[in-house]
Amino acid sequence: MSLPKRIIKETERLVSDPVPGINAVPHEENLRYFDVTVDGPSQSPYEGGVFKLELFLPEEYPMVAPKVRFLTKIYHPNIDKLGRICLDVLKTNWSPALQIRTILLSVQALLGAPNPDDPLANDVAQRWKEDERAAIATAKEWTQTYAKPEPEAET
Amino acid sequence: MSDASDDYDDDYGPGSDDGFGYESYEGSDYGDDGNDGFDDVKPESMKLKPYEVAYEVLSVGDIQRQQDKLIEQVASILGLSNQNAMSLLLFFKWNNDRLLEQYTEDPEGVLKKAGISIDDNEEFLYELKPVPGFFCDICCEDRKGLLTFALECGHRYCADCYRQYTTQKIVDEGESRNLTCAADCPVVMNDKSIQKIVEPAVYERYKTLLHRTFVLDNEHLIWCPAPNCEYAVKCDDVSAKDLTSVVPTVTCKCNHKFCFGCGLPDHQPSICALVSKWIKKCEDDSETANWISAHTKECPKCRATIEKNGGCNHMTCRKCKYEFCWICIGNWSEHGTSWYNCSRYDEKSGVDARDSQAKSRASLERYLHYYNRYANHEQSAKLDKDIFVRTEKKMTQLQSTSGMSWIEVQYLAQASAALQECRQTLKWTYAFAFYLERNNDTHIFEDNQQDLELAVENLSSLFGKPIQELAEIKVQVMDRTAYCNRRRENLLSDTAKGLAEGRWKYQVQIK
Repeated sequence: MSLPKRIIKETERLVSDPVPGINAVPHEENLRYFDVTVDGPSQSPYEGGVFKLELFLPEEYPMVAPKVRFLTKIYHPNIDKLGRICLDVLKTNWSPALQIRTILLSVQALLGAPNPDDPLANDVAQRWKEDERAAIATAKEWTQTYAKPEPEAET
Repeated sequence: MSDASDDYDDDYGPGSDDGFGYESYEGSDYGDDGNDGFDDVKPESMKLKPYEVAYEVLSVGDIQRQQDKLIEQVASILGLSNQNAMSLLLFFKWNNDRLLEQYTEDPEGVLKKAGISIDDNEEFLYELKPVPGFFCDICCEDRKGLLTFALECGHRYCADCYRQYTTQKIVDEGESRNLTCAADCPVVMNDKSIQKIVEPAVYERYKTLLHRTFVLDNEHLIWCPAPNCEYAVKCDDVSAKDLTSVVPTVTCKCNHKFCFGCGLPDHQPSICALVSKWIKKCEDDSETANWISAHTKECPKCRATIEKNGGCNHMTCRKCKYEFCWICIGNWSEHGTSWYNCSRYDEKSGVDARDSQAKSRASLERYLHYYNRYANHEQSAKLDKDIFVRTEKKMTQLQSTSGMSWIEVQYLAQASAALQECRQTLKWTYAFAFYLERNNDTHIFEDNQQDLELAVENLSSLFGKPIQELAEIKVQVMDRTAYCNRRRENLLSDTAKGLAEGRWKYQVQIK
């Protein structure tokens, strides 16, 4: 089964014209599976952290959205313990005109703008609403603990 | 067993033997002729009975016509094309009142929200055409002569990608109301553009989905729940808030009789709320309650439920350490040394303990009383198919043995149908009665229930007669059938009137 032209083009462009703060590299043995890192946006509790994600392009891609999941532990109202992400463009608002890069930018934007009114991790969202300052402190702490950049990972 | 009607005549004799013989003589769905004739004359020449509601059965064609009518109506009022009127109606979930209200307030805003890009009636052709120098952003194809497709918004992709996208939405996601441009853009795909781009089979699927939403979105429409039945039933007079005062029972063209309110099979005279409570209770409780009743007793002191799984009758409650006799529930100390052999039934402590045990078990027993009768009629209803076959066989036999014509043996089919219908009603009278407060009205209800039950047993006992006799008692069967039907009508009319007047008082809260 050969790789669709669309995926080849997208992969090429991710390498030749990378998005600042986002890095996506396909596995050699499975070109539909990407190792992703996303830098925490500045001015957010995730600033300074580098978050690892996995991204998989299903058979029906681009008619259905890619599957994206955080591998790094993160304290965020829209991301649960298993790293699953509550994001409209990954579900109902997916359109085949969107791409891997646009999706990852949306994920990065979600880090900059948590939405506790549409929660996935209920406990986090509740804390976020009740005591935002404390929640942000925890998010910072987790970023320091779990999302420390590894020097050798920078390629 | 089921093949030999003679067998079963012998087994049950003339039918008046025991109280349980009747369950085999269940009526059946049979009686198309009777029902059809009945249904046909009802709307025009007969006034509705208190327990009946006016309704209409719609075919898929009728549903399509109703949609078209609504679309045309909206189009002519708003001066829009049919296409745009339809898109608007879909956006408003076929609620044209809300649509008209909001549209007159803010036509442009509404059109925009609904994803309709142009409101002039200029014909947009949705052509599949090659475009020079085209590159498809979805599949990255740029072959020469590649067919392309776009909606009014101009987001153009190759026809294959667009087709795949639309098909995915319709077939895999079951979407029919909210199909938009393949780009991240709110412009809506209307009926015409969908027909243009997808395969005919997918378009058919789209139409089916549309019909489904049309019925589901309309509070006065419901699909017939019978398997493979494609009719819908329309009942304009009943909405959700009426369901505490009416039991809207309808019969589909496929002959399935069900409740318009909840979709469950005919459950007159019980209202939907009680039916769902009862069903839930039975699912949770009936088997457990039966088991508890059969296998356990309560500690006479602390009321803990105890199962005796072996050992002697000298019980020591694990909870409160009270010692008692399993046989008579009396205090063990009064037993002296009479181990394993309780002969002290009249001992005062034993009598008292049994009294209080009886009281605490009363509510359980009360439930089981109603449940067993309910289940009994339900069980009988499940044997309908058998009886239907047997009745048919009897009718054929009767034609050959007594020389009666086909039309002359129809009285058996009618009796069978009456039995079936009455049992269905009886079954639900028990669920209804379970929740009724004890008062005078309830007493009257139970009298009616008893009359009907008696009438049903009397009729069903005749069904056991041997073939030769069946011909002779034709008049008797017909009389008893008519009597059964009359009793049922009485009961249902009285209950329905009571519901309308709010006369019934329940032991539970009805929301």
